[in-house]
Amino acid sequence: MTATINRFDNDFPIAWCPGCGNFPILSALKQTLVDMELEPHKLILVSGIGQAAKLPHYMRCNFFNGLHGRALPVATAVRIANTDLPVIVIGGDGDTYGEGGNHFLHAIRRNVNLTLITHNNQVFGLTRGQASPTTERGFVTKVQTHGVFLTPLNPLAVALAFETPFVARGFAGDGKHLAGLFREAIGAEGFSLVDVLQPCVSFDHVHTFQWYKERVYDLKETGHDPSDLMAAVHKTKEWGDRIPIGVFYRNPEKPTFEAQSPVLQAGPLVARRPDPSRLSAVIDSFL
Amino acid sequence: MIDELNVMVAGAAGQGMQTIGFILGKILIRGGCEVFAMQDNESRIRGGHNFFQIRGSRKPVRSASMPLQVLIALNQESIDKHAHDVAESGAVIFDSEKCTVAEGDNRFLGLPLERLAVEKGGNRIFENAVAIAAVFAILGWDFQKLDDFLREYFAAKPDTINANVNAARAGYEAAREKAERFKSLHFPPGESGSKMFITGHEAVAVGALAAGCQFMSAYPMSPSTSIMVYLAGRADDFDMVVEQAEDEIAAINMALGASYGGVRSLTATSGGGFSLMVEAFGLAGVSETPLVVVEAQRPGPATGLPTRTEQADLLFVLHASQDEFPRAIFAPGTAREAFTTTIKAFHLAEKYQIPVVLLTDQFLADSYFTEQKFDTSQIRIDRHLLSESEARRMDSYKRYEITESGISPRSIPSAYGLEVPADGHEHDEYGHITEDEGIRSKMVEKRLRKLEELAREMDPPHRMGDPEAEHLLVGWGSTYGPMAEAVEILNGEGIAVGGVHLNGLWPFPADEMAKILDGTGTWTVVEGNGTGQLARLIQMETQKKPHGRILKYTGRPFTATEIADRFRKEVVNR
Repeated sequence: MTATINRFDNDFPIAWCPGCGNFPILSALKQTLVDMELEPHKLILVSGIGQAAKLPHYMRCNFFNGLHGRALPVATAVRIANTDLPVIVIGGDGDTYGEGGNHFLHAIRRNVNLTLITHNNQVFGLTRGQASPTTERGFVTKVQTHGVFLTPLNPLAVALAFETPFVARGFAGDGKHLAGLFREAIGAEGFSLVDVLQPCVSFDHVHTFQWYKERVYDLKETGHDPSDLMAAVHKTKEWGDRIPIGVFYRNPEKPTFEAQSPVLQAGPLVARRPDPSRLSAVIDSFL
Repeated sequence: MIDELNVMVAGAAGQGMQTIGFILGKILIRGGCEVFAMQDNESRIRGGHNFFQIRGSRKPVRSASMPLQVLIALNQESIDKHAHDVAESGAVIFDSEKCTVAEGDNRFLGLPLERLAVEKGGNRIFENAVAIAAVFAILGWDFQKLDDFLREYFAAKPDTINANVNAARAGYEAAREKAERFKSLHFPPGESGSKMFITGHEAVAVGALAAGCQFMSAYPMSPSTSIMVYLAGRADDFDMVVEQAEDEIAAINMALGASYGGVRSLTATSGGGFSLMVEAFGLAGVSETPLVVVEAQRPGPATGLPTRTEQADLLFVLHASQDEFPRAIFAPGTAREAFTTTIKAFHLAEKYQIPVVLLTDQFLADSYFTEQKFDTSQIRIDRHLLSESEARRMDSYKRYEITESGISPRSIPSAYGLEVPADGHEHDEYGHITEDEGIRSKMVEKRLRKLEELAREMDPPHRMGDPEAEHLLVGWGSTYGPMAEAVEILNGEGIAVGGVHLNGLWPFPADEMAKILDGTGTWTVVEGNGTGQLARLIQMETQKKPHGRILKYTGRPFTATEIADRFRKEVVNR
């Protein structure tokens, strides 16, 4: 397995904490890309800022590592410019759902063919342990000194509100299962969300690998029907002793931005050159 | 007969003033006249008080002028506000059944504008067609010209052609007899014109098309929106996607994404939106992603005066974003300059891999200019990308290679099998995060080194009038036209004044500017802001201080006579 994964390996030193939940996500992603027979130069990763957002530096790929919260608008236009290449967006929960919350909503509305992988560890790692938009109530930090009393954001429920084409949750502690979700997400048409439960070994001593392992179960095992929107919504409310992972919802019928934009029907923008002879008609229109 | 014509169309928003103004402008241009037209609008869709002012002449005109020969007053407020600007021999067209005017004033020509519109056109919205026909009668123009034009203008809405033509014919008939007394206002439009009648922002948009721009993202904000609207209408023919973003932050980040992805891209906004874009503007700088931003200034801060004009963002865009990186800033003064500068902006953005700002404002954006047909035959689009042979020769691809010029090899993702990074951290030559002191310094120096060659690309300041003149007016951006005419007015009075206009503002042409200022007696800045931002920039770059500052921050543009008056009073005490 390692021999094939090497195609995406690079030798840039990784700056994550030892034992971080980001490592298995990176491995699962690289494995998926190998399985899909993709090549490093035929793939674009876009990220913002946060521990997760450093991921594109740790593998071979084209990448745009921009601003905190702003990966989705960048990725949207990268894809519009070149509809030939798969675009994968990597971010944490603060990056994607906090600073980038508005873009999260509107990227889903646009339904450009993107795969969004959120490393959701319910905490701000890079700034040392403050609450994130997905932090559970009661979690005490050096800033939320009385414990978090805001309602946690439920990214899957938000995505379902827009009938997003592919909505899934993975767990960093089950790389094989995660790779399966990544593969389906990258292959799906339109916007795909894979929210990954990721233990933070430095700032969250409650939600450990072990804590999750005792609770997660694959929706596939319970006969969940991923074409049933309301059943999927119902499943997003389940949290505690049992936590569902796997595919919540599939909606392959939702038309993509690419399919609806008349200009994009003629092939990737980047491969086209506007016809300069059309300029004369434009200029003559001012006479 | 008169040799210059000033017409104002005034009324409430929604009364079709722009259509009247546009038609008059087009008829004059096609007749071979030179036309300048400006718009003055309140920030509302219906009601309020707006006007459209047109000046036509046999010689070049670059600003609006007074007194008016014709005022089309579509409501009482327009009469009350503007009748005093009409020449004694001039005409005021008004609705005789809706408005009251002073008795015994021969300038007033009343017509039942609304009634004729309803009777002949079937709807009061055609009162503008009635009114424009009255102008034709006053100026001694043949009705057929209007008939032909209306059919052309409304070709896309065939169901309204007859209503417009019928309303216009009724207006013409009703006005013809009454117009006899205005024979002195006859102004033959001429027969052969081949010039363009184009606004500043239309020229920016056409420049973007000419430069091969294939992506624009923006969030609507006055007075920048006209660029997005124009391009959206042409995008399908130019392999271009125009996307309305959810906010300005998304707009600029999308523009960066498209640029990285491989197409020329643009965003446009006003000062408030640019405030939101500032972080990503810096990202363009450090990631060396080419980007063109139009910043259409309006009075601020915060919301300010949304539909008005000002030039108070120069130092803001010069310093926008934390830390330091090269950028270019231009402020075109005419539609032609807006067109050529936009093309140049795309060229420089890609050659130097930097963000380039075009500073416009409402006055430039919405004013109509008369321009010789734009020549596109000389436009060459060079993307300044890594070539295939260069790519094949490389052992490894260093996107941010330290080079003598500071410019590193840029490529498009996946082209020639390369993996292309773009990064907003400080990074090494491969685009990876680094905190190494040595690399950090080298990268800062590399980026700043680009300024040396970039500075040589800037056009020298544009001189007007006598280069040896004792006094000099110095301005930038949309002030060009009024300032150029002010110089002519003052020269006509025997006052030795020249002018200097700056379109290229950064990198600042310090040596040329110092030379110019050394050769003059006094110099006075003319700027649409409260602190003299160009004056401060000149002082920063040349250590020279102006002798006078003609500043305006009312939200309205300068006029030539106003600049001349203030120069006389404030600078030479005449």
